[in-house]
Amino acid sequence: MHPVRRQRLWVVLSIVIFSTAAIGLVVYALRGNINLFYPPIEVASGAAPLDTPIRVGGMVVDGSVKRADDSLEVSFMVTDYQATVPVVYTGILPDLFAEGEGVVASGRLDASGTLQADEVLAKHDENYMPPEVAEALENSAAKGVTP
Amino acid sequence: MIPELGHFALVLALVLAVVLAVVPMAASFQGRYAAMRLAPTLATAVAVFTSISFACLATAFLQDDFSVRVVAANSNSLLPPMYKFSAVWGNHEGSLLLWALILSYWLAAVAAFSQGLPTIMLARVLAVMGAIAVGFLSFSLLTSNPFERILPGVPADGNDLNPLLQDPGLIIHPPLLYMGYVGFSVAFAFAVAALLGGRLDAAWARWSRPWTNVAWAFLSLGIMLGSWWAYYELGWGGWWFWDPVENASFMPWLAGTALIHSLAVTEKRGLFRSWTVLLAIFAFSLSLLGTFLVRSGVLTSVHAFAADPARGLFVLIFLAIVVGGSLTLYALRAPAVRSHISFGTVSRESLLLLNNVVFLVATLTVLFGTLFPLLMDALGQGKYSVGPPYFNAVFVPLMALLVPFMGVGPLSRWRDDSLHRWKSRMLLPGVIVVILAVVLPFIADQGFNLWVALAILLAGWLVAGLWQDFAERRRNSPSLLRSLRRQSPSYWAMVLAHTGFAAAIVGVVATSQYSIERDLRMAPGDSETLAGYRFVFNETARVRGPNYLADAARFSVYRNDREVASLQAEKRRYLASGSVMTEAAIDPGLFRDLYVAMGEPVGTDGAWAIRLHYKPMVRWMWLGALLMGAAGLLTTFDRRYRREPRVAQTEAPRAPA
Repeated sequence: MHPVRRQRLWVVLSIVIFSTAAIGLVVYALRGNINLFYPPIEVASGAAPLDTPIRVGGMVVDGSVKRADDSLEVSFMVTDYQATVPVVYTGILPDLFAEGEGVVASGRLDASGTLQADEVLAKHDENYMPPEVAEALENSAAKGVTP
Repeated sequence: MIPELGHFALVLALVLAVVLAVVPMAASFQGRYAAMRLAPTLATAVAVFTSISFACLATAFLQDDFSVRVVAANSNSLLPPMYKFSAVWGNHEGSLLLWALILSYWLAAVAAFSQGLPTIMLARVLAVMGAIAVGFLSFSLLTSNPFERILPGVPADGNDLNPLLQDPGLIIHPPLLYMGYVGFSVAFAFAVAALLGGRLDAAWARWSRPWTNVAWAFLSLGIMLGSWWAYYELGWGGWWFWDPVENASFMPWLAGTALIHSLAVTEKRGLFRSWTVLLAIFAFSLSLLGTFLVRSGVLTSVHAFAADPARGLFVLIFLAIVVGGSLTLYALRAPAVRSHISFGTVSRESLLLLNNVVFLVATLTVLFGTLFPLLMDALGQGKYSVGPPYFNAVFVPLMALLVPFMGVGPLSRWRDDSLHRWKSRMLLPGVIVVILAVVLPFIADQGFNLWVALAILLAGWLVAGLWQDFAERRRNSPSLLRSLRRQSPSYWAMVLAHTGFAAAIVGVVATSQYSIERDLRMAPGDSETLAGYRFVFNETARVRGPNYLADAARFSVYRNDREVASLQAEKRRYLASGSVMTEAAIDPGLFRDLYVAMGEPVGTDGAWAIRLHYKPMVRWMWLGALLMGAAGLLTTFDRRYRREPRVAQTEAPRAPA
C-alpha cells in the first residue's frame, strides 16, 4: 500500500478504536452514575422512584432540624411550600446549611418516604440559590403557594 | 472620582481595542505597512488603560469606597488589606476585569517579545487578540460594569468578602488560572493569523510554541492551586470534585496538552498542521465555554456567582462568533495548509498522534459529562446531575491506556522506528518496574493494594522510558556532567513534565486507595486511632481573629506514643456577614497528611462532630502538577526561540512547504 494511504488508514483506525472505546465507557459510566432531581411535590405525589439515587431540593423547614445526642445523625424537612420531604443524614453538614435556607440532598427514598441522604449540598454564598431549587420555588409561586 | 476615572479608562481601552482589531487587520490585506506597525503600540496602549482601570477598582476596594456597588457587596472595613485586594476579583464584575487585564498583558507581551515576527503576521496576531479584547471589554462595560455606584444611600459598611475566598491561595489562584485560560488566546490568534495568511510551517510552529507552553504552564499551576485550595479550605478534604467549573478549566488543559504535543510535531517534522490549528481553535473555544459555564450560572456549581441571564447570553453569542468564525475560516483555508509528509507506523509521530487522540477523546468525554445535564434540561428530560463516578469511570481508563505509549515516547525516533528497538530498550526496565510494582505497596501501612501496584507500574514505566532515553543520550558523551549540560531546556522540560505526570498518577491513586476518613462525635479527652496515628482531642477554646470569632478544637497526634503533630481546627463566624466557615487543620508531609476539621456541636457535654482524615501521598499530585507547570515555563529558555533570525520588515519569508 502507498505509505501515505497506509498512514491515513492507521490514523483513521486509531481514531475509530479510541472513539469506540470511549463511547463504550461513556455509556457504561452513564448507566449507574447520573441522578435526577425531584422537587418535594413530586416526591410526595409518588413520582419519585424508591431506592434509586435521586436528588431532592428545596428550603429547610424552620424548626425541623433535629440532631441526635450520641451520633452524627441529623434529620430535617425539605419543602417547596407545596409538600415536604423528611431527610435523614449521618455526618457533617456543610457550613452554610441552615433552617430557612436552600438545600439539595442526594440519596435514596426508603419505603416510608424518607430520603436517606448520603450527601447534602447547601448554597455557598449569601445570594446564590441552586438553580433546581430556584425553579422548584418558582413553580410553587406560580401556583400561588408562597411561604 | 476614582471609580469614574476607572470607568473612563475602561472605555478608552475598549476604543483602542476596536482600533487594534480593525486597522492593522485591514492594513494587512492592503499591504499598508505603516498601519500594520501601529499594532504593537495599540496593544501596549490597551494594556496601559486596562491597568489604569483595574488599579482604580483596586483603589476603591482598598479605600473602602462603599458607594461602589461591587465594593459594598464584596468587601468590609474589617477585612485585612490583602483580602481587600483579592476581593477585587472575588466577584463577577471584578473577575471579568481581571480577565480583560490579563488578556491585555498577553497582548502587550506578544507585542514586546515578537519583534522577530514578520510585520503582517504580528499585525494579524495582535488584531485577532484585539478582537477578543473587544469582546471581553464590552462584556464588562455593557453587562457587568464594576464601577457602578449606589447613589444615594451609600451603605455604612460592606457585606464582606465570602469567607471561603478569604485565603492566600485564592489571591493567586484566579490570576494564574486566567493567565492560562487567556493565554490560549495567543495560540488561537496565531492559528487564525496562519489561516488568514495561508502560511503554516515550522517557523509558525516555533513562534507559537513558547506562548502555548507558557499558557499551558499557568493553566496547570492554576488548576493545581484550585485543587489545593479546595482541599484545605472547603473543610472536607476532597481535592477534585469533577465540578462543572473544575471541568471548565480542565477541558482547555486537556486540549492544550494535546496542542503542545501536536505543535512539537508541526515544528520538528512539519506534520499535523491543520490538526494543530484545529486544536488551537478548540483549546481557546473551550476556555470561552468555561467562561460561559462559570459566568452564566447555568450549572449548579460551587463557583457560580449569582446569575444574570443577560451575561450568559452575551458570552454565548461571543462564543458562537469566535467558534463559528474560526471554524468557517478553517474550513475555507485548511486545505491550503495541509502537510504531505509521511511517517512510519512505528515512529514518534504515531505515538504523539496517539497522545492527541487520547487527550482529545478525554476532553470530549469530560465535555459530554459536563454538558449532559444542560442538554437533558433543554430537551425537557428532567434535571440530571452527572457525578464523579461517571468521570472517574471514563477518564481513568483513558489515561491508563495512554501511559504504556507515553513511556516509550521519549526514546522513540522520528520518521521511522522499530518495535524491535523499543523492545530491546524497554524489556529489562519493564521487568524491574513490574517487580517494584508488586513489592513496593507492601511497604505501605495499609498493605498491598492492586490499584496502587498498577499506579506504580504505570509511573515506573514512564520513569523507565525517560531513564533509557537519557542513557542513550549519555552513551555518546565522555562525561556525565557534559551530557547533562548538553541537553536543551526543552529536553529537561519534557523530563520534568513526564516525571510530574508519573508523580501525579502515584499521588492520585495512593491517596484515593489508602485514605482513611472518619466523621465522629468527639468530646474533649476522647481519642481515635487512624492508620497508627492516635488523634487526641485535648480541649476547645474561643479564638478571636481580625474579622471573625472562632471555636477552636485542639488536637495532639501521637504515633507510637511520640507526639508528631499538634493541630488546631477552627469553626469561624465572620462578624460582617454572620457566615460560618470551617478552617481545617492539616499536618502536611510528603508521604501523609493528617487532617482535622470541625462540624457542629453535638449534644450538651461539649462534644463536636469531628472529621479526621489520614491522607497518604496527597501532595504528590500537586507536586506533579507543579513539575508540569515548571516544565512549561522552562521550555521558553530554549535557545531556538530566542536565537531567531530577524527577518526583513517588508517581506515575510516564504518557508518551504
